[in-house]
Amino acid sequence: MPDLVPPMNSELGFLDKLSRATSRRTFLQWAGVTVGVAAIGCGKDDPTGHTPPGNDFDLGSGDVGVLNYAYALEQLEAAFYIKVIAEKYNGMTPAEETVLTDIRDHEVTHRDFLKAALGSNAIGTLTFDFASVTFSSRASVLGTAKTFEDLGVSAYNGAGPLIVDANYLLLAGKIVSVEARHASAIRDMLNPGSMDFAGDDVVAVSTGLDQANMTSTVLAAAGGFINETIIASSLPTS
Amino acid sequence: MTDTLTPIMDGIDQDLLETTVSRRDALRKAGKHAAGFAIASAPLALGLMAKNAFAQGSLPQQIKDVLNFALTLEYLEDEFYKAGNAASGLIPGADQVVYQQIGKHETAHVALLKSVLGADAVAKPTFDFTAGGAFADVFTNYATFSALAQGFEDTGVRAYKGQAGNLISDNAILKTALQIHSVEARHASQVRRMRGQKGWITGSSTDVSALAATYAGEGNTTQGGVNTAAFVNANAASEAFDEPLTKEAVLAIAGQFIMS
Repeated sequence: MPDLVPPMNSELGFLDKLSRATSRRTFLQWAGVTVGVAAIGCGKDDPTGHTPPGNDFDLGSGDVGVLNYAYALEQLEAAFYIKVIAEKYNGMTPAEETVLTDIRDHEVTHRDFLKAALGSNAIGTLTFDFASVTFSSRASVLGTAKTFEDLGVSAYNGAGPLIVDANYLLLAGKIVSVEARHASAIRDMLNPGSMDFAGDDVVAVSTGLDQANMTSTVLAAAGGFINETIIASSLPTS
Repeated sequence: MTDTLTPIMDGIDQDLLETTVSRRDALRKAGKHAAGFAIASAPLALGLMAKNAFAQGSLPQQIKDVLNFALTLEYLEDEFYKAGNAASGLIPGADQVVYQQIGKHETAHVALLKSVLGADAVAKPTFDFTAGGAFADVFTNYATFSALAQGFEDTGVRAYKGQAGNLISDNAILKTALQIHSVEARHASQVRRMRGQKGWITGSSTDVSALAATYAGEGNTTQGGVNTAAFVNANAASEAFDEPLTKEAVLAIAGQFIMS
């Protein structure tokens, strides 16, 4: 395998390390979570490194790059919900378990579909660091789920215009609205019967528009959970 | 420039920030220099965004057609929720906050699409939410109202999805349409859950037979030639992908509620 990986550019490697060092912090700020310095210092930022050189995943370019970007995010979501259902937080009601199991099954389906659609162009299997999540805690699990779902919606909304092939655009559209349905449900579980399902924090009041994030913003937020380094430098930008 | 803007943006509300950032994006795309624009009120910023992102010259007819189609659906939703929210005794107190939030978004979508289309915007149709008597108690019976709300939201999701390919030539408008599309999906999920349904659509079935056309084809489990039912199961495969509707199919559904 290592000889299939392109030689690592030393400058790029340095920038990646920099970006990884800040990604967890960025994510936590973005998620509105406050944690101690000790928590920030552990996990993948550990100088011993969970990412040996050469363990980089290059998303590639063009539509393949965008689909690999989606595949990386779906791998993250699927891995998260698999763990959520395996560990079940304290006090998970049967109704909540049904919702979270459904979401797990949707994310696994998205993940496996994208892998199949990408075929030999698919990036490899990522591994994840969920050390910042307390899987026994409803608030921690649902708070993380909310972040992932909103992030997924904003990622697909931002990446849709990068897609050239209308068939791929439609497939992305078929997935993003399901992510939005998830986001709505998770948000309502956190604050039932409120406006949060489509709260003013994610849907702009003056325009009624949901968030759309650039790939760099999304990867900075998600990167804190991904052990490997994602190389997104060949992704389209417009 | 980012450095000098950052402290200014600290402490201003997120909505304005997003609008301002979008505007800067739009201005950059339009080849203008953003530095000369001070942060203005949100409505003004929105107006500028619309002008600069979209109104550089006339829009191609295909895009105007899509936007007017979307505007027609947004008019329908906006008027539906305005009437529902105004009908005393219709929506139980605990649910009012949800429908007000949804209505607020539909009103914003109408304003946004009208600002993009300018003089090319179609006029608001005259609606009959009873559909000629088929839903006679729509504004007096909460069950009927919420069933129609679900139908309108799920139809809206399918309608925008079906038009994405027709906007592929214009990144700014495509992105805007996608940002509306996901809001409709958030609405749909919430309304469905309040009605005791799953937030996602399983198969092509519906508990309201009059809304059958809204769910036709939703049970598809083959995506891009891949049998997605093989991954987990057929229900998950159906739920995990929302399906588009053609403009004609959407207009046949919406047409039941449009008098002229």
